Amino acid sequence: MQRLRIALAQLAPRLGDLEVNLETHRRQLADARAEHADLVVFPELGLTGYLLQDLNADVAMRLDDPRLAGLVAETKGLSAVISFVEESADHRLFIAAALVEDGAIVHVHRKVFLPTYGLFDERRFFAAGAAVRATESRLGPRVGLAICEDFWHLAVPDLLALDGAQLLINVSSSPGRDVAAANEVGLGTATSWRTMMRAYAQLTTSFVIFVNRVGLDESISFWGGSEVIAPSGAAVFQAPLFDEGLYLVEIDLADLRRERIALPLLRDERPEVMLRQLEQIVRERAGATAEPEHEAGSPA
Amino acid sequence: MSAPRAEAFTVPEELAIDAAVARRLAVDFIRGQLRQAGFERLVLGLSGGVDSALVAFLAAEAVGPERLLCVLMPYRTSAASSRRDAESVARRLRCASRLVDISPMVDGYFGTDGGSPGALGPDGPAASAGRRGNFMARARMAVLYDLSVMWNGLVIGTGNKTEALIGYTTLYGDNASAFNPIGDLYKTQVRQLARAVGVPDAILRKAPSADLWPGQTDEAEVGFDYATIDRLLFWLVDRRRSPDELVAMGFDAGMVERVEAMVAGSEFKRQVPPVAKISSRTTGVDYLYPRRRPGARRAT
Repeated sequence: MQRLRIALAQLAPRLGDLEVNLETHRRQLADARAEHADLVVFPELGLTGYLLQDLNADVAMRLDDPRLAGLVAETKGLSAVISFVEESADHRLFIAAALVEDGAIVHVHRKVFLPTYGLFDERRFFAAGAAVRATESRLGPRVGLAICEDFWHLAVPDLLALDGAQLLINVSSSPGRDVAAANEVGLGTATSWRTMMRAYAQLTTSFVIFVNRVGLDESISFWGGSEVIAPSGAAVFQAPLFDEGLYLVEIDLADLRRERIALPLLRDERPEVMLRQLEQIVRERAGATAEPEHEAGSPA
Repeated sequence: MSAPRAEAFTVPEELAIDAAVARRLAVDFIRGQLRQAGFERLVLGLSGGVDSALVAFLAAEAVGPERLLCVLMPYRTSAASSRRDAESVARRLRCASRLVDISPMVDGYFGTDGGSPGALGPDGPAASAGRRGNFMARARMAVLYDLSVMWNGLVIGTGNKTEALIGYTTLYGDNASAFNPIGDLYKTQVRQLARAVGVPDAILRKAPSADLWPGQTDEAEVGFDYATIDRLLFWLVDRRRSPDELVAMGFDAGMVERVEAMVAGSEFKRQVPPVAKISSRTTGVDYLYPRRRPGARRAT
């Protein structure tokens, strides 16, 4: 039996105030350590706030930024997922999440899917990441990182699981909207997310760890509701909507082993079939003819 | 045995909201806005209608009644019942209230029939009801912003989504505020939330009125009942139905056409005035920052 203690840092970052947010992160790391957590997960852009617009460049950090290094140094004996605006050497700005362990950055995921529709305008202000890879971790199982909208694209949890991830971690700044009484939990956004995360956990037979921020940026309220879902698709833990807090959850990795042996979906995956078909589809979509209206099911 | 009491209002099914979630969003929004702006107190124009009564209840819940100033601003033709209802709200909440009779301000500009001429000169008394109504709304705005300095608070808005979408507001009058917690709720949803937070039944039941002249009601002036226009706006705006689809759903074709024109024709009232693009970086065009950000000195 291998148990993992996970701390979900459902916090409310101050928009554009790096110093205050760094201090909040340091405090939460200390609290989590005192609670014997193995892993602490912070939300998307927890170090900067979400609706940055032209503040994006003011709060951006290179991976060797001393402010970031100072926070990373405080993860001795711990694993943590932190999220910030990463500036690359060629000065592109990414929404990034990093797995940091024992005082070092182990892996950085740059948000691949930047929503630019409805209330979102991310592509105007940020560059899109181009890699979806899982990573080794001191925790034992491989870890896959994704950021908010990344999970609205099926390929992301699929690729992470195929790359060996057993813990799928999604960090989010998801704006709450749609208070129609017909919704399962009073908030349309929460209902959609919960549906997706259960499906991903079940289909990848992995643990899904979702940490969503709370608080307010301008008009937008973030709804929290952080969760841990077991590989069976059942919720292990649900944090309350809207309440700031550090929530501790314990999972048993033996549940994952049992599920994967009983339901060997990943064993039976056929990535080579997917790859072959994808290559063909991409080739056809990029073909000489105009954008195909609909070609699914057409003869090869 | 008494007869069952009639419902105070009807709620179309698609407009039913989870009032607990909406209340939480609105109250947290008020707190967040004040924190970001560095204020602790609020000023509100209390008319005796359901919109401002609801905002008064939400504001008192968010900051405590001792930090809320309700200002009653009747004109000499305003209904006495409006003032009574407004007073009942202030009494119920135990918040500060102040009466400012705007008659001398308005009459001082337009003058009165058979009385002394106003600042406008001899043609003042002939001004239309619409002009007078707009002037009253702007006189109230001027009073609120003046008293906000004395009270050291921000002016909280009370306009709802229905009137904003059809343009049934006075620019820089009743639609002027530092922020608005109910501007994304249709009138029928305002009533649901108002009932949930405890707004007195008498206010929930009465016919909505701008009370700009005796006997005026919104529904008579605009020509539709709120339940119908809210449904129409919901399907048009929130659910993106075309006019043809709306007529097919059973909405009156003439009403669809008229409401669509009202929405299109009032777009300017919902936006910040455009600035001519002349320099390399222009406020509101390519200089985009959050309204409140670190480093700001508090300004009123």
